[in-house]
Amino acid sequence: MAVIGVMFPLAGACSMAERKISAWIQGRPGPNRAIPFWFSWVPVLGPILQKLGAFHLLADGLKFLFKEDVVPGHVNKKYFIAAPILAMIPALSTVTFVPFGAYIDLGGNLTPLILANVDVGLLAVFAVSSLGVYSVVLAGWASNSKYSFLGGIRASAQLISYELSMTLAVVPVLLWINAPGTAGTMSLSKAVEFQSQPGFWGGAWFAFTMPISALIFLICLFAETNRQPFDMAESEADLVGGFHTEYGAFKWSLFFVAEYCHMIVGSAVFILLFFGGWNPLPWLPLSSVAALLHITELPLLVGLLSIGIFLGKILAMLFLFMWVRWTVPRFRYDQVMKLGWQKLLPLAILNLLVTIIAIAVIQH
Amino acid sequence: MATDMTFPDAAARTAAQNHDQEKMHLSMGPSHPSTHGVLRLQLELDGEIITKADPVLGYLHRGDEKIAENMTYNQFVPYTDRLDYLAPLANNAAYAIAVERLAKLEVPERCQAIRVITSELARISAHLMGLGAYGIDVGAWTVFLYSFTEREKLYKLFEELTGARFTTSYSRIGGLARDVPEGWTDRVLAFCDQFLPILEETLTLLTRNKIFMDRTMGVGIISKEDAIAYGLTGPNARGSGVAIDLRKDKPYSGYDKYEFDIPVGTTGDCYDRYMVRGEEMRQSVRIVRQAIAKFPSGPWYATDAKKIFAPQKGKVLSSMEELIQNFMLVTEGPQMPAGEVYFEAENPKGALGFYIVSKGGGVPYRLKIRAPSFCNLSVIPKVCVGEMMADVVSILGSLDFVMGECDR
Repeated sequence: MAVIGVMFPLAGACSMAERKISAWIQGRPGPNRAIPFWFSWVPVLGPILQKLGAFHLLADGLKFLFKEDVVPGHVNKKYFIAAPILAMIPALSTVTFVPFGAYIDLGGNLTPLILANVDVGLLAVFAVSSLGVYSVVLAGWASNSKYSFLGGIRASAQLISYELSMTLAVVPVLLWINAPGTAGTMSLSKAVEFQSQPGFWGGAWFAFTMPISALIFLICLFAETNRQPFDMAESEADLVGGFHTEYGAFKWSLFFVAEYCHMIVGSAVFILLFFGGWNPLPWLPLSSVAALLHITELPLLVGLLSIGIFLGKILAMLFLFMWVRWTVPRFRYDQVMKLGWQKLLPLAILNLLVTIIAIAVIQH
Repeated sequence: MATDMTFPDAAARTAAQNHDQEKMHLSMGPSHPSTHGVLRLQLELDGEIITKADPVLGYLHRGDEKIAENMTYNQFVPYTDRLDYLAPLANNAAYAIAVERLAKLEVPERCQAIRVITSELARISAHLMGLGAYGIDVGAWTVFLYSFTEREKLYKLFEELTGARFTTSYSRIGGLARDVPEGWTDRVLAFCDQFLPILEETLTLLTRNKIFMDRTMGVGIISKEDAIAYGLTGPNARGSGVAIDLRKDKPYSGYDKYEFDIPVGTTGDCYDRYMVRGEEMRQSVRIVRQAIAKFPSGPWYATDAKKIFAPQKGKVLSSMEELIQNFMLVTEGPQMPAGEVYFEAENPKGALGFYIVSKGGGVPYRLKIRAPSFCNLSVIPKVCVGEMMADVVSILGSLDFVMGECDR
């Protein structure tokens, strides 16, 4: 419930931001009309929220709920209904593995805030989030439409090929945070801990020490979340809407929310691994900020601060997603494949080898 | 020129019976986001590779040519708006010139200059639309919005000139609907001044964009021979390296007085066609500037054609002679001699031709329209084969057709 309570509004806010940011980029006002009549009496806040289009979010959500939920006659009904549900499950459950903040407990240790603190955090995120492709394939298949079918096939091929490079890109990070001889970990909060140590190397975010990994991960993230320029599964120009061509109303909105959830979780993982998690700036970990502000004794405040910083970074990442989407054209399907297999994968392997050697040299 | 036109539905039916061939038959359109109206492509796919593409036309057929036989020459002007509805001003001018050639009527220089300016502005507007739609086709939405902002400014100018934004109906046989309003040419110049930098900015979004280049370079190549054989005209022919431009080859409406270049592509792929359109907009601005710089004064309609061009309204209400003239023109139509004429004008999409057979009187006996989009589309079965499914979209976008004039 907590997950739904956080993720749905966040995804909704994303859809709003998408519309507003696209409007800014394209030089038009964007959504700025909807407002409940009683809210327009609020002096300053009312007009501001109206101009920001904040109420379109509510209107959109209500529209999806109250629209007639059409199931076309030619679809395979069971799977057609199952697909959006299947899309939501991995999208929401990955959130539980992502630490979203930290507080300093009575012993003076930084403890991560996380719903399910499993030691294989990163692996769990990868494993569960890649289940999302099943919903796309299922939707494409169950729709019994040629466009959807093509979209589903494209999506599955694309996701599989990018998952590989993505996983290879994070291996250097794991190698770095796992000293030989000690108990191995894939915990995401461990990665953040390693980026908040004192000293030059300790405080550097992994994006600086392993830029190629970060770059590969970022590109794969775009592909994994089906965002432009890799939105092969949708590509509304040639496949109309791809796998969700036949969907409407609430079922369509579930796909929509799932996409945003994937974006949010993906950005979160990216930030945790490469951009220092809840540390505000490189070489400036959260604990020293807390010390500066004299709030080390107030775990709640530190926790809120860390969540705020983390959320701010996620929003910045989401902005990047949207910025890219409204700026660049779309790849062709075979070009996406070529980029994935012929460029990113060799680069990821090469990067891995170089990092292995570098780590071996440093540790000796 | 053997275009293999099969019955799409029959083809689909036979394919359904032949289960051994594992090819997918996909009907793209008539209602599809990137078939630019109501074009339908009957595709045969092997995986994502096109093995066959049949354009199916006629979803927007209105029988314009037959309609023309039942109305006077001036009454047909609004129908020309609806041919290439992205450049109605150019269609109006082309049609009027065709009928004037039939009547062997020379319009004054001012009228010619106004027609040149409006045609070139229409070309800019049509190419902007083509550019924006092309952007959407390859997935770049922002280009579309940028170019539409500019189009909006053009529409303001059109509205001021003609009273309508879209369906302008500006030409009359032997002249124009009205003279240019006070200060309009200055506003056109101001538009040109601010337009060029914005055009450069918009084109920058695509021209050197790696993804855009990947999507368009080497895709949909139309060879020079094919371009000629399939009767391609306009930017599509020029993109393939065929330097034909009726404004230079057979100058009309005083185009020989202006200096401009014809951009020509080298490989004939989608990217070349895009580049040609971009350059043509710059050249159009050049022509508009020249036309306004030496904007002639004098009458804006043929004053010596009493049986063709209606008298001014003020005189109709005050003078018997003009009242009779007006009455005759409205009821009988502009009086044409017997004969036939074919005239082609360089429209944004290519050579728009009108073939008119007259037996005298105010109504054409037969009016045939040569629509550039129709001829340009004929090349689809040739270029699409062997390309990917997503390439069809970039090819269609680069051919920049309008179904309004294709189906007529």
